[in-house]
Amino acid sequence: MKKETRKNKFFGFYFLITVIVIYVILFFLNPDEFNKSLLASWKIFKMVIILIAFVIFLSALINYFLNPMKIAKNLSKEAGFKGWLISAVGGIISHGPPYVWYPLIKNIQDKGMNQSFSAVFLYTRAVKIPLLPMMIVFFGWHFTIIFNLMIIISSIFIWKIMERI
Amino acid sequence: MKKETKRKNFLSTLFRAAKEFALNSPIFIGVILCIGLFNTFISTQTLQKIFTGNVFSDTILGSITGSIIAGNPINSYIIGKQLLSDGISLYAIIAFLICWVTVGIVQLPYEISVMGKKFAFTRNLLSFLFAILIAIIGSTILGVIS
Repeated sequence: MKKETRKNKFFGFYFLITVIVIYVILFFLNPDEFNKSLLASWKIFKMVIILIAFVIFLSALINYFLNPMKIAKNLSKEAGFKGWLISAVGGIISHGPPYVWYPLIKNIQDKGMNQSFSAVFLYTRAVKIPLLPMMIVFFGWHFTIIFNLMIIISSIFIWKIMERI
Repeated sequence: MKKETKRKNFLSTLFRAAKEFALNSPIFIGVILCIGLFNTFISTQTLQKIFTGNVFSDTILGSITGSIIAGNPINSYIIGKQLLSDGISLYAIIAFLICWVTVGIVQLPYEISVMGKKFAFTRNLLSFLFAILIAIIGSTILGVIS
C-alpha cells in the first residue's frame, strides 16, 4: 500500500470517528436534532448511492476501454481550448453532488488529464441546465443569462490560473 | 473463450474501481453525516439573521455561507429567492449561489483525500474569489440593464 493511500485511510478513519462522536454528544444533548440530522444524512445517502454505483461503473469503463494516450491528447496541458471545452461541457451536463465525481476525475487525471481541466469541470457544475426554468422564474431572464454566462467566462480564468499552478 | 477472458478483465477492473472508492468511504460517510448536521442546524431563518444589509459584508457573508452549506442547488435557489425578497443585495445572492455549488468546506476533507491538498485548496480558494468577483460584475451589469 502506498504511503499516501495509507495516510488518507487513517485520516478518513479519524474524521469519521470525530463526526460520530459529535453525533453521540448530540444524541445526549438534543435527541430531536440528532434524529433530524441522521434522517437528513440518510436522505442524502439514498440520493447519492445510485450515482456512486454509476460513477464506479463509469470509472471501470474508462479504465477498460479508454486509451490513456487519447485522454492525454484531448485533456492534457497541450489540449488547449479543446480541453477546456470538453471539461466545461462535462461539468455542465454532469449531475449530482460534486464529491461523487472526485474519484472519476482523479482516475482520468491519473491517465493524463491536466488538473486545470478537473477544476473547470468542478467549476462549471454551477451551470445547471435542468434548473434553468426555475432560475428564470425566481430571478428573471437577465439574471439567469448573466449568472450562467459569467460562470462560463470565469471558468476560462480558472483554467488558465490552475494551469500555471 | 476470448469473450470470457474479456468479461473477467472487465469485472476485475470494476472490482478495482469499487475498491478505490471503498478506500475513501470513511471520509465520504463522514462528509454526508456533516451535511446532515448542517442541514438541520442552519435554516433559512438563521441565514436571514446573518445578513446585515451592508453590500460589502453581505457579499463576503454570502460567499462564506454558500461555501459552508452543502446540498441540492434547488435549495440554494429557494433560499436565494427568499433572501432577495427580504431585501438582501444581489451581490450577496450571486456570491451565495455560486459558492453553494463551487466551494465545499464540508466536503473538503474528502476532496483533499482524493484529489490532493494543493489541488483542493487552490480550487476552492479560486472558486471563492471568483464568486465575489462575479457577484460584483454581475450585479453591476444587472443594475445598468434594469
